[in-house]
Amino acid sequence: MKLFFQSPTWQKLKWPLAALGLVLLFNLIFASGFFHLEVKNGRVFGSLIDILNRAVPVMLLSLGMTLVIATSGVDLSVGAVMAIAGSIAALLLTKTDLPVPVIIAICLTASCVVGIGNGALVGFFQVPPIVATLILMVSGRGIAQLLTNGQIITFENKNFEFIGRGTFLALPFTITLTLLVFAALSLLAKKTAAGLFIESTGDNETASRYAGVNTRLVKVLVYAICSLLAGLAGLIVTTDIKAADANNAGQWLELDAILATVIGGTSLLGGRFYLIGSLIGAILIQTLTTTILTRGVAVEWTLMVKALVIIAVCLLQSEQFRKTFFARRRRST
Amino acid sequence: MSEPLPFLLQLRGITKDFPGVKALAEVDFTLRRGEIHALMGENGAGKSTLIKVLTGVYQRDGGEALLENQSINPKSPAEAQSLGISTVYQEVNLIPHLSVAENICLGRQRTKFGFLKWKEIRERAEKALARLGIQIDVTENVANYSIAIQQLVAIARALDISAKILVLDEPTSSLDEKEVATLFGVMRKLKAEGFGIVFVTHFLDQVYENSDRITVLRNGKFIGEFEAAKLPRIELISKMMGKELFEADFKVTARAPKARGEKPLLELKKLSRKASLKPIDLEIFPGETIALAGLLGSGRTETARLIFGIDHPDAGKILLEGKPISIFSPRNAIGHRFGFCPEDRKVEAIIPNLSVRENIVLALQANQGWMRYVSLAKQNEIAEQFVNALNIKTPNVEQPIRLLSGGNQQKVILARWLASHPRLLILDEPTRGIDVGAKLEIEKLMTRLTIEGMAILFISSDLEEIVRNGDRVAVLRDRTKICELTGADISENQIMQAIAASHEE
Repeated sequence: MKLFFQSPTWQKLKWPLAALGLVLLFNLIFASGFFHLEVKNGRVFGSLIDILNRAVPVMLLSLGMTLVIATSGVDLSVGAVMAIAGSIAALLLTKTDLPVPVIIAICLTASCVVGIGNGALVGFFQVPPIVATLILMVSGRGIAQLLTNGQIITFENKNFEFIGRGTFLALPFTITLTLLVFAALSLLAKKTAAGLFIESTGDNETASRYAGVNTRLVKVLVYAICSLLAGLAGLIVTTDIKAADANNAGQWLELDAILATVIGGTSLLGGRFYLIGSLIGAILIQTLTTTILTRGVAVEWTLMVKALVIIAVCLLQSEQFRKTFFARRRRST
Repeated sequence: MSEPLPFLLQLRGITKDFPGVKALAEVDFTLRRGEIHALMGENGAGKSTLIKVLTGVYQRDGGEALLENQSINPKSPAEAQSLGISTVYQEVNLIPHLSVAENICLGRQRTKFGFLKWKEIRERAEKALARLGIQIDVTENVANYSIAIQQLVAIARALDISAKILVLDEPTSSLDEKEVATLFGVMRKLKAEGFGIVFVTHFLDQVYENSDRITVLRNGKFIGEFEAAKLPRIELISKMMGKELFEADFKVTARAPKARGEKPLLELKKLSRKASLKPIDLEIFPGETIALAGLLGSGRTETARLIFGIDHPDAGKILLEGKPISIFSPRNAIGHRFGFCPEDRKVEAIIPNLSVRENIVLALQANQGWMRYVSLAKQNEIAEQFVNALNIKTPNVEQPIRLLSGGNQQKVILARWLASHPRLLILDEPTRGIDVGAKLEIEKLMTRLTIEGMAILFISSDLEEIVRNGDRVAVLRDRTKICELTGADISENQIMQAIAASHEE
């Protein structure tokens, strides 16, 4: 245990965890009923569950984003991919009689394919990641709008809605889904060599290539995974409103995903990555949002408050800031 | 020296801790006005750390620093520079895609109403370079010049700052003889002007050629300060190494009996690449070290890059055990069980933030592929084994490699390749910027590996090293091989004559 507290992982996680703890403490003191849980119709309800459930899309995006950022890339297209996946799903649900599992498979495959496109641009053609994914960020939403003819397509399908609205083990199914994805990625990172290759590619691409790492394939893989998870997040968001909104689905969520990843300790320069950190980051962002909303803070202040807390976390993570701040404190004591 | 010159810099009892390592323990260092003071020590002795403390890259944990009797504690290289302490580091720290003039004046550009005064910047850069006796187009990007020129630009940059102290950390390791002579001329001139120069190098000849005094560090501790003229070379070495081995030991490693394979492992047949290599023939046998000798830019590294699949040939053939092959990529080359320690450790070899363990297993794992994961237990076993076998100095195998000294980093990279059991190991300047002790260890290792049947392609700018280690020496010039020396013909003199002879043609 002592070793764990000295490990780099803990060093990276302690600040976002501390921030999360503070926000929860604030709620414990000022928001009565925040921690209240209640079972209705075989499902647990409460603010905490609500926060987790609402954080799911960003959690899924940030897990994929973490892998991409670890290769010193970035994927701006995840929001657009969410819109594409949602639009395809709504289209197939309303226009065809395909079984739900097939529809889901088609949506996820399509997401994965556009991700491979991103990865190919970055890995094989050396297009800078921001540019490569910006293309899909813009055109992807266009594709989604073409698919839906610019309309919001609504649907009713209990089986399909289970993805985003179902209850499993008395909790929203989305939570289980996120845990499964997290477990799968952790296995990929720890029980295959993928984690090592991703980190080495991000830390020094040339040296990794010279050591025999297939850095191009590594990049294709991370963008494919990132898009796949974006597609999954897109399906969840679609079931939430029982409609595909090509204009607004996933809008700006790529930024939250990047933020969650950075808060979680993964450097934008690439290299070491922390999947669990990104989950904590996503939960922190959602807890803040929920707290602000339930405290009745004037809407125009919400973004400011959110920004302040996030700046604090980012500053605490900066070695330079800590050095300056703590060195001063040490001298004065 | 008749009368001691006044002190410029006094460092007393400097201490610096890193997690798990005491990098410096109570180290003293004094520098007088108008002297060249050599700072000597093996890898990990603390030279680089001391310099980084002096130049504000690190902050000391204990001790005091006096500059002209004023206490100083620079927090950043910029602050050290403003105090008059300028540094040229071992690895050239310039911005490759800016012009020479911009690099020299960066951070101190004159402006007029917020606009850069380009003419003045150019003139200033030209003046700074003229002081070094070189004339180049200062509007050209730094990246377009050779490493040697880049080094001189870095020195010009340091000089351009109105410095009192100039720290030269391995300034000559990338320079050819003429450039070294130029640099030494400049150093002497600056010395006469009253500069204090801290000179770090591994070339003993250069130390004795230039230095007034020598400070020796070992394992982060202060061993002593000596007048160069009164310290015999062999004593200096034994102080650095802390043991009496030396020349004798080097001789033992050389010319051990080896059983060279019957058939060549690899044959290059008229292999060439536009603008980098003219058609070259070369045979590499298992169980021998073939050394490539030649000046910078003679085609040594270029040959290695073609063999390892980093560059691709335009014409010619590569035969592996008699069968023609194409090498598309390093991956491909590794598949044929080749290994390559590149010249530029920082850029091409180390994965800085990953651990010693991960750096060692990387090539092995990459060759095994994604799914055949080397278990953590196995990784630890391999890493521990090589840390012990190669005497890599690190607190543990989880230490990020960037925190190791240059020589230890190099050993980790060697371990990376040895772990993947190559048939052919290409070593491009494996001993650059590392100390005598580590050099000796690496040379011994090369001998052992060839006895075990490995083929080694060894590239070095150090003729002594070439002569000591090459079972066969291919001399390169103007991007092609001009001759091969074997057996008793291998000598520094023969190699130099071979290079010189082709000059006259």
